[in-house]
Amino acid sequence: MSKQINVALIGNPNTGKTSVFNQLTGLKQKVGNYPGITVEKKEGICKLPRGVKAHILDLPGTYSLNTTSLDESVAVELLLNKNDKDHPDVAVVISDVENLKRNLLLFTQVKDLNIPAILVINMADRMSRRGISLDVELLEQKLNTKIAIVSTRKGTGIDTLKTLIAEYKTLSAAKNVDVTVIAPEYFRNLKKTFPKQDLYKLWLVITQDVNFMPIEKKLIEDSSSLGTKSKSELKRLQQKETILRYQFINGILKETYKVDPAAAKGFRASVDKILMHKVFGYLIFLLILLTIFQAIYSWSEYPMDMIDEFFASASQWVKNTLPGGVFTDLLAEGILAGIGGIVIFIPQIAFLFLFISLLEETGYMSRVVFLMDRLMRPFGLSGKSVVPLMSGTACAIPAVMATRTIENWKERLITILVIPFTTCSARLPIYLIIIALVIPEGTLLGLSFKALTLMLLYLIGFAASVLSAMLLNKILKMKGRSFFVVEMPNYKLPLFKNVAYTVWEKTKSFVFGAGKIILAISIVLWFMGSNGYSDNFKNADSIVAERVQEDGFSAFNQSNIADELSAYQEILKDSLGTGSHEAAPIIIEDALQQKEDALKQKALNQEISSYKLENSYIGKMGKAIEPIVKPLGYDWKIGIAVLTSFAAREVFVGTLATIYSVGSDEEETIQNRMAAETNPKTGEPLFNLASGISLLLFYAFAMQCMSTLAIVKRETNSWKWPLMQLVFMSAFAYIVALVAYQVLK
Amino acid sequence: MTVAQLKRGQKGIIREFTDDILPIKLLELGCLPGNAIELVQIAPFNDPIYINVNGCHIAIRRETALLIELDIVEDTRAL
Repeated sequence: MSKQINVALIGNPNTGKTSVFNQLTGLKQKVGNYPGITVEKKEGICKLPRGVKAHILDLPGTYSLNTTSLDESVAVELLLNKNDKDHPDVAVVISDVENLKRNLLLFTQVKDLNIPAILVINMADRMSRRGISLDVELLEQKLNTKIAIVSTRKGTGIDTLKTLIAEYKTLSAAKNVDVTVIAPEYFRNLKKTFPKQDLYKLWLVITQDVNFMPIEKKLIEDSSSLGTKSKSELKRLQQKETILRYQFINGILKETYKVDPAAAKGFRASVDKILMHKVFGYLIFLLILLTIFQAIYSWSEYPMDMIDEFFASASQWVKNTLPGGVFTDLLAEGILAGIGGIVIFIPQIAFLFLFISLLEETGYMSRVVFLMDRLMRPFGLSGKSVVPLMSGTACAIPAVMATRTIENWKERLITILVIPFTTCSARLPIYLIIIALVIPEGTLLGLSFKALTLMLLYLIGFAASVLSAMLLNKILKMKGRSFFVVEMPNYKLPLFKNVAYTVWEKTKSFVFGAGKIILAISIVLWFMGSNGYSDNFKNADSIVAERVQEDGFSAFNQSNIADELSAYQEILKDSLGTGSHEAAPIIIEDALQQKEDALKQKALNQEISSYKLENSYIGKMGKAIEPIVKPLGYDWKIGIAVLTSFAAREVFVGTLATIYSVGSDEEETIQNRMAAETNPKTGEPLFNLASGISLLLFYAFAMQCMSTLAIVKRETNSWKWPLMQLVFMSAFAYIVALVAYQVLK
Repeated sequence: MTVAQLKRGQKGIIREFTDDILPIKLLELGCLPGNAIELVQIAPFNDPIYINVNGCHIAIRRETALLIELDIVEDTRAL
């Protein structure tokens, strides 16, 4: 068995590191998290010449080995820890030909760790356009390394890189720069204390900002013989080190790198002028946002409807084909419905990440950050939170996933925590049906009250999210000072392959990451809704049949049957009007009888399932929580709907349809039924302005979406944050709804 | 004079930093004494600012720009 070569890709952000990774590994890649933290770990396998295989690890992008974030410290830790199973045999440092000077800083640092390093100079296709010429051979000599000139856009140079990786043993592992010259005495002392350690490695461990290898660091801090340095002294030394490295690099580049300044400017400056203009900048951003919004909100509706229909018919097919029983029910109503509930989000996630990766690939995302930063600052957020927050208006799930672009952990956490307040599309059906029911007709300044209410709900959601961000910013105490330093990359045409990989990868990580949890909860909810312990539940069929025998159907069903029959009669008359006149009355009578039987059977089934739901575990829970929801103006039926909505908000309408046994969840029908519902004590409509507003506000604030909880758990790597969201948002929703009802009542 | 006081299109040479806590990230991006710096653009609400330092285009906030002292270069052709 041939041993795999461990390769680590390391490089500055925006150097096309991911493109190189994609070209090396193709689809043979795996994306996960580093154990215990939410830093993305990308790895893959690459076939090299002569049957050798390489394990490629794509390290988080970093400007240097002086880490300021968790992501960066992952990269450094891996390079330092020889015992890590992923410790590289060879490091591939990716650089971009236009920013070679800056990229070489990282290269010299990696080289100084005595790890064999290959330098990849990417974006070679831009060289001539930018007037850059390069003496590769001399550069190789000076840096004591091998160089691969690559263009991921044109797909050239990857084979050279593969050959270099395969021959990594011939590479020199010598250092580029001797850092000890910045403070000779200090390093001499260090050497005395730790004679066996490499000085540069020690230096890195000492100067790390982040909670980095705590044990080793403690050892060093404890050793008293060391001439300890204060934090600011260390900072000064780091400055000196950086200057030293730049001196080294500048010296080399002077001989090897020529750039014609006339070719360098132009395009970028003129595009920036428009995209970052006081007025046009915002207009263009708004336009792009509207397009994204439109895609997530309405274009994805078609595939979503198809998915919905597919799973509904699949579940029906299972019920019809397999022998009846618990297992079939579990499969049809629990598992299939659960999987359907996961798959349905795929179009929205795919659309959002299509746009996000396009914006990132082109370099526009940094401009958005630049435009929006000042506006977001009062709320403890930065420009980077804008896109996730805006996409939350469509669906919180992709929005939470989109926060990965925020490097600062505190900012990212706050953004994740407040996203569910923005009005997602699942709230819309509930808003629409309740607004139609309780908000009176009338206009204000030419806008109907109903439209105004809807707009107000969106505004309330947005206000809740930014205000809670402000609050969280004050409450959350987190280490790690962050600075706002955003690189403004050059504009580039997006690479189709990179966009496709991002969309594929994000979708996959949702389906397999959050999907498991969603499926599990759906099955539990299904079980509780279709099982009960009481005799009433077990004998539901006969009890309801008996009740119908004695008292007839419910008033609503009776009038509904009568309506449908008379409508059917009209149709029959029309269609038979020209046919044989003698036969007509009998045929009509027969047909009507058949129709009536069918309608009655349907009504009976509906009443049975309604009765079952009422007596199931969920129904019992609904009754049990009635005293809790009563002050909000709800009865136990709405209570059940609210409870099941904790799986997903859109379930509300469907659950009410089942409870009110109206069979279809057509909004028209269910709305009529809801309007007919009265409070048994007062005889007044149950859905009035007070209870309606209370419901609207409850749905605006409550954390009722297990998919969001699942994705938050995945992105924060702990149950703490999603549970906090669930408890605090729902408690807040309860209080607001309570106050609203009590005041309006 | 600091970077925060530059006007659009104005250039300068970094003299020194007034504060130790200037993020190391800035140094790594080439924001070092002796290097040239140009103010490329200012965001609509006057903050952040967009600079070109050492051929590297970055956006920083005004609070950070205040920490970077510089000498104005009058003759821009020298850069």
